[in-house]
Amino acid sequence: MSLIKNSTQGFFKALPKNIFSGFVVSLIALPLGLGLAMASEAPPIAGIITAVVGGIVVAILGGSHVTITGPGNGLVGVLLIAITTLGINNAYAAIICSGGLLMLLGFLRMGKLADYFPSSAIQGMLAAIGLIILGKQFHIMLGNKIARASSFEYLLEIPNTIIGVFSYEDKGLSYAAIAGVLSLAIMVFYPKLRNKYLQLVPAPMWIVILSIAFSYYYELILKQPNPIHLDYMISGIPTFNQIITDIPTPDFGKIGSISFWSSAVALTLIASIESLLSIKAVDKLDPEKRRSNVNKDIKALGLATIGSGFLGGMNVVTVIARSSVNVNNGGSNRSANFSHALFLVIFIVLFSSQLTRIPLPALMAILVFTGYKLASPTMVRHIFSIGKEQLIIFFVTLFITLKISLITGIVAGILTTLVIHLILNKSIALFAKNILKPSVLMYKEEEGKGNYYISVKHFCSFLNYNKLKEKLEAVPEDKDVILDFSLCEFVDHTVMENLSSYQELFHKKGGHLEILGLDMHVTDSEHPFALRRVLPIPNILPNNLTKRQKTIEALTVDYNLKYDPIKHKNMDYLNSFLFFKTRQIEYTFNEISNAVSDFKMFDISFSEGEFIAKEVVRMTMVYVDLDIKIPAFTLDKEGFLERIYALAGFKDIQVDGHDDFSKRFYLLGEDEFAIKNFFKTALIRFFESNPYYHIESNGEGLLIFSKERLASVKEIKALLDFSKRLKSVIQTAVFVC
Amino acid sequence: MHLKSFNTIGIGIAFSPNLKANICEASRLALFFQSKLVLIHVGEESDEKISTLKSFLQPFLKAKIDFKIVFKTGDPVDVILSTSIDQRIDLLILGALQRENILNYYMGSIARKITRKAKCSVLLLIKPSEQSFPCNHIVVNGLKDPKTKETISTAFYVGHQLGTKKMTIVEEISQEEVSVKVEDDKSLRKANLVKERLKLREESRVKEIITQIPDDFKRDISIKTQPIFGKRGYSIGHYAQLARADLLVMNSPSKLNFWDRLFPHDIEYILTELPTDVLIVR
Repeated sequence: MSLIKNSTQGFFKALPKNIFSGFVVSLIALPLGLGLAMASEAPPIAGIITAVVGGIVVAILGGSHVTITGPGNGLVGVLLIAITTLGINNAYAAIICSGGLLMLLGFLRMGKLADYFPSSAIQGMLAAIGLIILGKQFHIMLGNKIARASSFEYLLEIPNTIIGVFSYEDKGLSYAAIAGVLSLAIMVFYPKLRNKYLQLVPAPMWIVILSIAFSYYYELILKQPNPIHLDYMISGIPTFNQIITDIPTPDFGKIGSISFWSSAVALTLIASIESLLSIKAVDKLDPEKRRSNVNKDIKALGLATIGSGFLGGMNVVTVIARSSVNVNNGGSNRSANFSHALFLVIFIVLFSSQLTRIPLPALMAILVFTGYKLASPTMVRHIFSIGKEQLIIFFVTLFITLKISLITGIVAGILTTLVIHLILNKSIALFAKNILKPSVLMYKEEEGKGNYYISVKHFCSFLNYNKLKEKLEAVPEDKDVILDFSLCEFVDHTVMENLSSYQELFHKKGGHLEILGLDMHVTDSEHPFALRRVLPIPNILPNNLTKRQKTIEALTVDYNLKYDPIKHKNMDYLNSFLFFKTRQIEYTFNEISNAVSDFKMFDISFSEGEFIAKEVVRMTMVYVDLDIKIPAFTLDKEGFLERIYALAGFKDIQVDGHDDFSKRFYLLGEDEFAIKNFFKTALIRFFESNPYYHIESNGEGLLIFSKERLASVKEIKALLDFSKRLKSVIQTAVFVC
Repeated sequence: MHLKSFNTIGIGIAFSPNLKANICEASRLALFFQSKLVLIHVGEESDEKISTLKSFLQPFLKAKIDFKIVFKTGDPVDVILSTSIDQRIDLLILGALQRENILNYYMGSIARKITRKAKCSVLLLIKPSEQSFPCNHIVVNGLKDPKTKETISTAFYVGHQLGTKKMTIVEEISQEEVSVKVEDDKSLRKANLVKERLKLREESRVKEIITQIPDDFKRDISIKTQPIFGKRGYSIGHYAQLARADLLVMNSPSKLNFWDRLFPHDIEYILTELPTDVLIVR
């Protein structure tokens, strides 16, 4: 009883934060929804309907916690084909059917469907989808609407469009192209500008705001019509009343045809893969470390898709980029998804007429950027680093998807993977004989701590990975697991990649997953993929130092400290800091430490968000290990951003008798009493008389940094000095009382 | 409680390179169990064959081994089965074949048929050798089955005779018994509770069986229990291989029908993939 009461209380306490987060997400969902719908050749409002229906239904019935649902990138390619071949009303019927199929998958507990696809094939398919989006929208972005038969032709046409831009005779088209290029620039450079105030509004919303402002500037100040060509403005945004009166009727007339069902199946397949990948990735970001109920979520997504199809929307999927934004803005439960849907309704009710002021190229620039992220050269390089054979799988899937169709592409990817595995092992028997055997054994060791021990026999690849996954899922993530491959002759890249994400998950949640028995495979040389995945820490050679590194090295000699430029991956002590709750630490490098190593300064590389929303950030930080216990808190500069956070439910702790300090600093923590007790006059004087740093305590140590980038040598010196003095002030302050 | 003892040990022999090793193993076991050894050869009797066999048995004659050689022609499976009934054999020893790679052993089709049809206990040897290796660790199944009691007591009898130091009783609990499907944190907690309860239930059942074993047999043997959630028959083999057991003791299979062959389970898994020496108790 009290548990229920507590969770209700917790829900209401977290509600303001979730509403705030839902608001930020809706700012992205609005332009993205419009764009994705138009890219699929559906009416623009369909994207918003999808997000609203998805947000409401999945928030109520779903099984995940911090995910956001709505129209997805991956589906653009399939929807485009469905709408062009079937016609929009038949496509709605196909969407409804795919919703039904998705629900069926959920009821049959087939949430694991995505496990049977090799990861390079999935990546190839996603890249192909990225190219389909990019290829088609690139032309519109530059003010050159063309119609071609296949995605390939769109891609081949790109150079012509670029050349054509310089010879537009119509000024309206040039303006359209400029709007597109500027928007693309905003998308590209936005993550690089780490300014708090700028980052408060997501990039797609900046594009919307700026283009509406531009249109008003012409209308109200210059008293001229908008210079952008009328064909390149969004049209056909209905008012709220129109949406309700004009609900399209799905046409089930083609339900007997093959093309209808191939569309429905393709929609289901992509919707489930995209959702499952997203749910899996978002679970890693969840600050409260919960596990999503995938099957329940799939059922809810299916139901939402049916509803969306009847109301004139598209397939509802879980989307990674918006979910990442949700987590980063403090979303902690499904009410964020719900409020994102509500804000979208509010936007449409209040501003639907304003949306027609957005130029089409600006919107398409957002999609071009997303498409590029799905098919970026970095991804190709990453796959190449895993192994050449992965690149073959990747490109086979990519080309066949582009050339023929999505389903053929993924089937070709699976077959290629299979053939490559057979060739590598020179044995069909290994797979044929053992595929049906329950080759994974897990038991809890009776001795000692009761670790879970998993042993895998024969082979472990995408074909039977689900057996291993089933066992891993049955282990609470805060336990220790030993996974032994010594009886296993072959482990493929899909398994290794999934395992490394399991390792991260266990690590985040306080457990540990150790993989044993692959050493044997090193000498065997038959397992190139597995090995490269296992030992991916490339070391910087000491003689290959940059200028900054050399200066730091000289500095450490002066200060009598140790310097180590090599990358380190084991960052356990950082995980308990609030700052890293939603961020994934990759490695630290350029570490400076003192003799007893209770004081460390390092450059750290971590990522925010997952998948295509992933941003890698590098910063310089100091970690101070205190010998004493202090309350956990976060201290930062008081400012505009913090006031907004305060509105959203974060509470600034006011230290009595130090109004100036409370005004200038923003202090946050759970144990308010202990924190107030800890912040004594001496400590407050110290903070008041020194430059601002972001300071975080996890109870045992301090994390200190100033800017969200690498520090210069000068800043390093200041940071070193500040941290040392802070440590001594804290220690004397605690010992005095 | 009725205790099984092996009074007569039988071994089917063929004149293959493994012959000497097989005879050595069988003779050693006969001496350990103080039982009579019956050598069964499917084929014509000849002096040459007898003298070869006798030369191999020479080292054991000093220890006064009691042996008998039976020659009989016919279908190997029928001959061995009928002889083992005629001679009142309690334990039949069969040798395994080896796959091309050294890791895998399996039973040939004749040995498999005999294992299925035999009325007596069967010992499957994966690596017969001329030297003797100590049998340090025995893994025995603790399935919930009427035969289990006898299997465990036989395992203790064998362990006692062979001077085994460690005995692990593995309770295989099939995944279906854990009725909860793991989907999120809540169902995971629930599933783990169910598993814990099943584990306690199985453990108390096995403990009950152990208390009935004569203390003589339990002396000097450290007893461990290990619950495993997995496929019956297969998981125990996998476990025995991991635990580096020297002998795996199993219940005899219940009647096999057509479907069991098609969808192998229990003993069939063990036969296709012998993890160690296996003793099937009847």
